[in-house]
Amino acid sequence: MVQSERKPTATLDGRRAWQRKQEHTFSRRLGNRGQTAGKPRYRTHRGFATPRPRPPKGLLHTLLPDWRWQIVLAVVFIPAVGSIAAAQPPAPPTNVRVEDAPNDAGTKLTIRWDLSPDDVAEPESGKPKVVRYDILRKAEGEDEFKNAGQATSQTTETDDPNCKRGTAYLYQVVAVGPRPDGESSEPAVAAQAVRPVMQWFKEDRAWLSVFLILVGGAIVYFIQVGRSGRPLNVRKIAGLEAVDEAVGRATEMGRSCLFIPGILDINEMQTIAGLTVLSRVATQTAEYGAKLEVPTSRSLVMTAARETVQASYLGAGRPDAYVEDDIYYLSDEQFGFVAGVTGSMMREKPAACFYMGVFFAESLILAETGNAIGAIQVAGTAMPSQLPFFVAACDYTLIGEEFFAASAYLSGETTQLGSLKGQDMGKVLAGVLLFIGCGLATLAAATADSVSFVETSDALAAAVSFLTENVLGTKGFLP
Amino acid sequence: MKRTIPFFIASITGMFFVVAYFIPYTASWGEDKVAVWFDIVASIAVILGSLNLLKMSLKKISDRRPGWGYAAITVTAFAATLFVGLGKIGVNPSEKYPDFAWSGNHLENGSAFWWMYQYVYYPLAATMFALLAFFIASAAFRAFRAKNAEAIVLLGTAFVILVGRTYFGTVLSGPLPEDLQFSALTGTIMSVFNLAGNRAIMIGIALGTVSLSLRILMGVDRSYIGSE
Repeated sequence: MVQSERKPTATLDGRRAWQRKQEHTFSRRLGNRGQTAGKPRYRTHRGFATPRPRPPKGLLHTLLPDWRWQIVLAVVFIPAVGSIAAAQPPAPPTNVRVEDAPNDAGTKLTIRWDLSPDDVAEPESGKPKVVRYDILRKAEGEDEFKNAGQATSQTTETDDPNCKRGTAYLYQVVAVGPRPDGESSEPAVAAQAVRPVMQWFKEDRAWLSVFLILVGGAIVYFIQVGRSGRPLNVRKIAGLEAVDEAVGRATEMGRSCLFIPGILDINEMQTIAGLTVLSRVATQTAEYGAKLEVPTSRSLVMTAARETVQASYLGAGRPDAYVEDDIYYLSDEQFGFVAGVTGSMMREKPAACFYMGVFFAESLILAETGNAIGAIQVAGTAMPSQLPFFVAACDYTLIGEEFFAASAYLSGETTQLGSLKGQDMGKVLAGVLLFIGCGLATLAAATADSVSFVETSDALAAAVSFLTENVLGTKGFLP
Repeated sequence: MKRTIPFFIASITGMFFVVAYFIPYTASWGEDKVAVWFDIVASIAVILGSLNLLKMSLKKISDRRPGWGYAAITVTAFAATLFVGLGKIGVNPSEKYPDFAWSGNHLENGSAFWWMYQYVYYPLAATMFALLAFFIASAAFRAFRAKNAEAIVLLGTAFVILVGRTYFGTVLSGPLPEDLQFSALTGTIMSVFNLAGNRAIMIGIALGTVSLSLRILMGVDRSYIGSE
């Protein structure tokens, strides 16, 4: 008993616990058992004092009578309670408005809102209170809002591309806090339901349509000029002049010609351009009596190439010289195809190699192999990244537009040459636009800081903006 | 007739999709809907190609033509891949249909088909790709020979780009003003001269595409369907 009345620890809590025990002991001795009625005087460890009203025992005391467990619980529990108390839901966004998205088929609405006041770019605490916005929508006839998308914090706009044409939708935007709680704000509701509307013309392509009409019109016009029989002059393209030379050389050497129409399928424009060149090359080989081999990496290209070559041999009056098996399929796989072709090149050593179409990494492998066997090589592609390889390794390279012009150039027909003239008009148009654009941009930059030319500077800036955003951009026909 | 009908189909369809590109409702048809049709046609056409490959290879073996051994390897690899892929060798049944041995995915990790891709095809393709390094060296050697003034300019530009993209270039030109360092010169060459040249080529390609398309759609150039 004496031992139990000893002061347990030197800590404040320990003293209080010891004090409570003393009070309890004295109280029992005096028969009051904690009652304060009549204010009995009893002795505490600090001497006699007026007894204070004692708080009733709570649930914590009942469950954890030991003071040490209470301390542990307090250390663990109080911060957690504090953090929960701190995880208040963020303030909702404001001013939610919904508009029909332009230039679509009536299936898209654009939702805009003002940021939640709690959505700040660099919060002081380091933790953002808003991590995203949830977009909810309710179609007419529906009872409740359903999820329609999300947008990241600091975003004030998003599209809902999954609308049904003709149906009205009402939207809510909710700011969502960080995990693990992910508290959501009160929803901010749009003022009214909006119905998506279909447009009949894509205004963001308005200027493209103008250029297409101008260039297409020029091409059609010059084709008609060609049909009328008027002679048209087209500059010489060295690479195409070399086709005759290459086929002639192969014939003289008694070796074959190899033609590769790229490695992509027939739906690629460059493959079609390659086949049009193949048609001319096949005509030459038919006339000279040279062998023509066409390995392909796509089945449809093989079928089309067979038709093309057969027709060319027929047109050249040598249908008997056409060998279907010389146009064959190897593999769809890029490097499998390259391995097959280069192996064949090393064994059969063709004297002329033509690469016309879409090529990727295999361009240099093919061209260097052709170079190693001493073949005369002509390449044509519209892949800018592969042009340097062909230029370095081939004798002649058709760059971009020359490749597309090859078929017309080789045919020598005035109608086809007319299309090249029209194409040149397109280049003139592009050149004029470039000149005007560069001139305006330079003048705008030069007068930007000038006090004397404020109005001129503003007008120039507006003109540059119109050129870049409307004519070359997607802002529509007019500013 | 054999060529006229395909021409009309191609012409009308092509014209339709040119117009469709500017109408919101139909703008994506060319990329979405017709692409599916094309995929179906191309998938069926693979049979044509495969049969042709087999026919050519077997004929080469039969005739004992030069390289017939490679043809034999092609046929063997073709048959083995077909057998392993269609037979789903080493594939576990799917969880949905555990009672059906063939219900698993033939590309499942650990299956024989996966193994062939991972340990046969992939290393072979990587080997072919690796050859490119040697071909680049030999092509660069020829291209950068200082034969004339143009070649000297090309060589000088290539040297600046090559050195400017290495740490050595940074160290070498460290004492120079910032604008004259190799890295800055490289940036200027790539973002001004190279970009301008590329854009010129791209404009030419766009105009060439329009021109060729119109020639084909108007029937001026029918060589792609085998007719003059």
